[in-house]
Amino acid sequence: MTTHDTRPGSSGGADTPGPLHSGPDEDYTPEQLASMSREDLDRLGARYDGVEILHVDPAPEPGSRLERRAVRQVGLAFTLAGVFAFLFLVVYAGSGWFLPDWNWAQAGTTWSALFTPLLGLFMGLSLTMVGVGLVLYTKKLLPHETAVQDKHDGSHFDRVTTGATLVGGYHNSGLPRRKLITRSLGFMGAGVGIMLLAPLGGLIKNPNTGNPLGRTSWAEGVRLVRDDGSPIRPGDQEPGSLEKVFPAVPGGNLQSDAGTMLIRLRPEQVEMDRPREGQADFAYGDYVAYSLICTHAGCPVALYEQETSRLLCPCHQSQFDVTQGAKPVFGPATRSLPQLPITVDDEGFFVARSDYIEAVGPTYWNRERI
Amino acid sequence: MAATATLPGAPTSRLGKAATEFDDRMIVAGPVRRTLNKVFPDHWSFLLGEIALYCFVILLLSGTYLTFFFDATLTEVVYEGSYDPLRGTEMSAAYASTLDLSFDVRGGLFMRQLHHWAALLFVASIVVHLLRIFFTGAFRRPRENNWLIGVVMLVLALLMGVTGYTLPDDLLSGTGLRIISAILLSIPVIGTWLHFAIFNGDFVGTEIIGRFYIAHVLIFPAILLALIAVHLLVLVKQKHTQFAGPGRTEHNVVGNRLFPTFAAKATGLLFIVFGVCAALAGLAQINPVWLWGPYNPAQVSTFSQPDWYILFLDGSTRIFPAWDVNLPGDYTIPALFWPTVVVAGAMFTVLALYPMIERKLTGDTASHHLLQRPRDVPVRTSLGAMALTFYLVLAISGSNDVLADKFDLSLNAMIWVGRIGVIVLPAIAYVVTYRICLGLQQHDREVLEHGIETGVIRRLPNGEFIEVHQPLGPVDEHGHGQLAYGGAPVPKRMNQVGGSRRAIRGFFSPVEEPSAVELEQRGEGRGLSAADSDRQLTSSGRPSEGGRPSDGGRPQDPRD
Repeated sequence: MTTHDTRPGSSGGADTPGPLHSGPDEDYTPEQLASMSREDLDRLGARYDGVEILHVDPAPEPGSRLERRAVRQVGLAFTLAGVFAFLFLVVYAGSGWFLPDWNWAQAGTTWSALFTPLLGLFMGLSLTMVGVGLVLYTKKLLPHETAVQDKHDGSHFDRVTTGATLVGGYHNSGLPRRKLITRSLGFMGAGVGIMLLAPLGGLIKNPNTGNPLGRTSWAEGVRLVRDDGSPIRPGDQEPGSLEKVFPAVPGGNLQSDAGTMLIRLRPEQVEMDRPREGQADFAYGDYVAYSLICTHAGCPVALYEQETSRLLCPCHQSQFDVTQGAKPVFGPATRSLPQLPITVDDEGFFVARSDYIEAVGPTYWNRERI
Repeated sequence: MAATATLPGAPTSRLGKAATEFDDRMIVAGPVRRTLNKVFPDHWSFLLGEIALYCFVILLLSGTYLTFFFDATLTEVVYEGSYDPLRGTEMSAAYASTLDLSFDVRGGLFMRQLHHWAALLFVASIVVHLLRIFFTGAFRRPRENNWLIGVVMLVLALLMGVTGYTLPDDLLSGTGLRIISAILLSIPVIGTWLHFAIFNGDFVGTEIIGRFYIAHVLIFPAILLALIAVHLLVLVKQKHTQFAGPGRTEHNVVGNRLFPTFAAKATGLLFIVFGVCAALAGLAQINPVWLWGPYNPAQVSTFSQPDWYILFLDGSTRIFPAWDVNLPGDYTIPALFWPTVVVAGAMFTVLALYPMIERKLTGDTASHHLLQRPRDVPVRTSLGAMALTFYLVLAISGSNDVLADKFDLSLNAMIWVGRIGVIVLPAIAYVVTYRICLGLQQHDREVLEHGIETGVIRRLPNGEFIEVHQPLGPVDEHGHGQLAYGGAPVPKRMNQVGGSRRAIRGFFSPVEEPSAVELEQRGEGRGLSAADSDRQLTSSGRPSEGGRPSDGGRPQDPRD
């Protein structure tokens, strides 16, 4: 091969084709291959791929009862698959056309309740039948062969020559000598890599600006309202009952940290009541208000057992004793539920005296510092 | 080359000629033949990973369908759809579009449930596949890299599950999201920053569903798809493992070629998995979000459980004691951090590193392609049982409120059962499993030495009753078998060694001639009589290595 040919469009060398095939065409002439049977060719190719067919359990005798039966079974499976597929289409397309409407607007009709189950049944049966047919075909009608394929270990020749190519390329690039380029490459890589990641900084938001985790919409004079927005007076509740209340601000009932439980204690509970230090005046008469949000994982603690004065979180079973300043008495929670200081305004409705004096909801790293 | 078309033996049919033309351009005949000839070993447990793969296909198809209708925004809308009980309710667009998908899209509910069922089955088949790999030692060198990829895929599948669970924005998923938010907040130092980066502010914010949506439909599936491709390529490159058996060595694979047997079977399995998912999707209702209602931070339902694969995390959260760590400077490590981040992190780290840990402890750095029977590696099997028990106690604790309610138990007692059980039961499981493994080993060796119990009782002249045993191979002068245990199942019933002929096929009436079956039996030499040909398969030179213990030859005469 010469490399002196420099005419435009030339490949720079003599134009002779390379070896025709990757297969061993030198060992097996076309005439030889043509004289072999299809089965022999199959085995020859397999052997060339390192696969030896050791043993073939032949398929059932053509025309035998075994074969006819298997063919019937496979045929039945495929036919059923088609039938069920059409039934699916009939239900899917026919509903609301020649079949009753599937829509739930007509709630209560048997058909609308059956629509989805029928879709599932027919599609499920159809697809399963395709699978069953294929498996039956494989098991009953295909010859079962036992083939052995050799595993090859890595070749030392390959490793050494590939290594030489890689290391050679590195050396030829001259990089080992050109220290300045290597070092600047490292610096460049670090810089460009970080630069490409930098836009993710758009996601970062300071959690401490304005203390969003430590504040709620409660403030002095904000009324306690029910979910429907109605304000509450003392005496609206039976002793021993609990009511969920929200700050009387727009969307207050959907705020994730403002939910509060207004509990009217029974007389004997009032006697037992031991509020947390410095929070004795947070209650109003026999009313106490505690945060609805569990201090463990933030779920609403809404299950109240009057008998034991216990609040239970249904997510992780933390339990709080209302007469002990909502102290956790069982389960994974560690902090008492924050208490909301309440009083009554001029018109006789409950209002908050201030926001919660501590952060509501789950604990976090610097919570005590806020 | 045009010349190829005229070579003798070149195809003459139209299809054949077209194939030749194609190969002229693409040169694919060689690789295609190599692929078709690839040998796959045959064992039911090798199909578990395939089931996971097919579930993923179903998830891609059904998930794509769902994206046509789902609106991943938290904009407040008033529901005006077909479902009466919620009409006029304020809810997020995400929840409203989920309701529309369920009630106003033809077949939409079916697709939603198909997606959910396929997801449950996806994770389940991954976990069972992982257990199969673990207990048979298929993760050993050279397959550690594929084990690692597998563990990453499992974590991704869980993340896919969690993000998908959150999308409908119903009451249950909202509660789950709140717990995710609390878990993020619980991470020391960076927790609040991480939370604000992901949620774009305090819980719940307005961005989170949109962000989870992109993660769920684009980022995680793309990574998962890439990893699946790598997982399978590595598998093809390294070839399959196989159980020990006749002719099976460390240097070969015995089974069926890809085409047609394996391909047909695998396609059959794909359709059956798809069919089962479709049937479940129609017949078994799952996650009826319209019953839970839209998310409201002040509400929660009892029996708030996540999907089964996250249950263990919920359980660990429930039973972990209330241990806040208060550091100087008023910093706190919340109790929630330990059971969710630390325990889960430790579980997955140990899982991911297990191949390296075992390699270190046993000093076994050799390449392995033959699988082990769990009984032959009692320590690993017992460790696995221990881990599984730990996991199950956590998962059961995740639903301890349901158990307490349904079985009239004390909830507090259930939590203590979990707390004590999670420490004590794994240890018990270890010991019990270890003994069982040794017992099973012992029995295999007994059968190899003394033969199979025939059920025939003989009375000796001295009046003693003994059971006649059928030796599996040649015996020495004391009547003891000489076969060594080769890591393959030992036949333990007469029929397994050809004690009787195989049943004649046919359900109501025979479809085979009894005489033909008898002939076939003689000709093929099933059971022990197949030994001669079996022996030739064993290239290792050691008669029992990788071979069935039955390699010894024809059944000997029954002896005492």
